[in-house]
Amino acid sequence: MCTVCGCEMATLEDGKRKPRAQGERHDHHRGHPHDHGHHHDRHYAQDGGLQHGQRIAGVHVPGVNPERIVQIEKDILSKNNAYAVENRARFGRNSIFVLNFVSSPGSGKTSFLVRAISDLKDRMSISVIEGDQQTSNDAARIRKTGVPAIQINTGKGCHLNAHMVGHAVEDLAPEPGSVLFIENVGNLVCPSAFDLGEAHKVVVLSVTEGEDKPLKYPDMFAAADLMILNKSDLLPHLDFDVGLCIANALRVNPRLRTLTVSARSGEGMEAFYFWLEGAVARVAKASQEV
Amino acid sequence: MHEMSLMESVITIVCEMAQLNGASAVKSIRLDIGVLSDINPDSLLFCYEAVRRGTIAEHAALEINRIAGKGWCLDCGKTVPLDKRFGACPDCGRYRVQTTAGDELRIKDMEVI
Ligand SMILES: Nc1nc2c(ncn2[C@@H]2O[C@H](COP(=O)(O)OP(=O)(O)OP(=O)(O)O)[C@@H](O)[C@H]2O)c(=O)[nH]1
Ligand SMILES: [Zn+2]
Ligand SMILES: [Zn+2]
Ligand SMILES: [Zn+2]
Repeated sequence: MCTVCGCEMATLEDGKRKPRAQGERHDHHRGHPHDHGHHHDRHYAQDGGLQHGQRIAGVHVPGVNPERIVQIEKDILSKNNAYAVENRARFGRNSIFVLNFVSSPGSGKTSFLVRAISDLKDRMSISVIEGDQQTSNDAARIRKTGVPAIQINTGKGCHLNAHMVGHAVEDLAPEPGSVLFIENVGNLVCPSAFDLGEAHKVVVLSVTEGEDKPLKYPDMFAAADLMILNKSDLLPHLDFDVGLCIANALRVNPRLRTLTVSARSGEGMEAFYFWLEGAVARVAKASQEV
Repeated sequence: MHEMSLMESVITIVCEMAQLNGASAVKSIRLDIGVLSDINPDSLLFCYEAVRRGTIAEHAALEINRIAGKGWCLDCGKTVPLDKRFGACPDCGRYRVQTTAGDELRIKDMEVI
C-alpha cells in the first residue's frame, strides 16, 4: 500500500486509451501529483479534516515519560469516503449517472451489462469500469459491444475502492450526461462497505443461489437500492421461490426495488431500461434546476 | 474479508496523525469494532502484522474494543440488545429493529512518543 495516499496496489488495465504499464499508477511515490483532482500534499485539508487531530492536554504527566494520547475518533472508512465524495461531486458536475453492480461471483453481472448495453447504446452514451482480481476478460466482453471499458485489477483486493475508481474515471473520461456502469469484484461482503461515489448500488442475485442470500449477506442488500434477480430462464428447472427471496430482501431493506430478469433470454430487461431511463432523466432535470 | 484494506487505512490514518502531532513512533492504537460489523478481530490482528512493517507504527500494540450490538425496536419502543445485524427483537420477535450501536469501525486513539 502507498502510505502517502492509502493507494492499494491495484493496477489499471487500460483499454483503448494511452497504454500504461502495470504499477505505473504509483507515480505519486516519486512526488508526482494525482491527476484526478487531488495532490497528495493537499490531502490534509481535503480528505477528511486531518487538521482536527489534537493532542489532549493534561494526559501527559510531566516527568513520567514522553508518551501522549492522540485522540483520533475517525471512521476507518473515512479515507475511502473522502475519495467517494470527490467522485460524487465530479459525477454531479458532469451529470454522469453511476451504478455500482455488486454480486457474488457468477451471478451474471457481465452478461447482464453486455445485453443492457447492446440494447441501450443507441439511446444513451455508456461507459464501463470493470473490477476483477486478475483478468481483463470482462472488459474485453464489454468492449465487444462497442462502448469504452476500462479494467481495474484489484490483485488480492476483494472490492473496488473510491480511490481506484477516481483514477479510472480520469482515464475513461465519461461524457457529460452519460451513464457509467461499475462492475464490482464478485463478492457479496466487502463491496458493501465501500462507497465509490455511485448514485445506487445494484445487487445482482441469480435464482441458482438460494432464497436466503439476502439474509446471509444482509449488508449488501441493505446498501443496494435495486435488486436484479437474474437467470429467470432457469426457474422452471428449480424450486427457487421468487416471492420468498424478495420477502427476505425486503426484510433487511424495505425500500429495495426488485426486478426479475434473464440476461440470457432478455426477459424482464425492458423493466430495467425503464428504471434506468427514469433515473437518468431525473438526474438531468436536477442538474438543469441548479 | 476486507480486513486487509481496513488495516491499511488504519495505518495510513494513524501515520498521518502521528506526523501531524510530531510523534516519532506510535506505541499503541485503539480501535472500536462493533460486533455487528462484518469484521473478524483475529483477521484484523493478522492483517495488522502485515501492514505495519516499515511504518512508524511498526511496533505499536493494537487494542480492539468490541462494542455490543443494540437496536431500537419500533414495536416495543425501547432499546434492545442485538446479536445480529437486521436480527429480530429479543422481546417481541419482530424485525422492526433499527441498529443503534454495534456497527462501529472506528479508530479511537493512539499513544505516541
Ligand atoms: N441460464 C442463464 N445463465 C446466465 C444468465 N446470465 C449469465 N449466465 C451465465 O452465468 C455464468 C456467469 O456469468 P457472468 O456474466 O460471467 O457472471 P459475472 O457475475 O460477471 O461473474 P464474475 O465477474 O466472475 O463475478 C456464465 O456462464 C453465463 O453465461 C442468465 O440469465 N441465464
Ligand atoms: Zn494515489
Ligand atoms: Zn474481503
Ligand atoms: Zn420488540
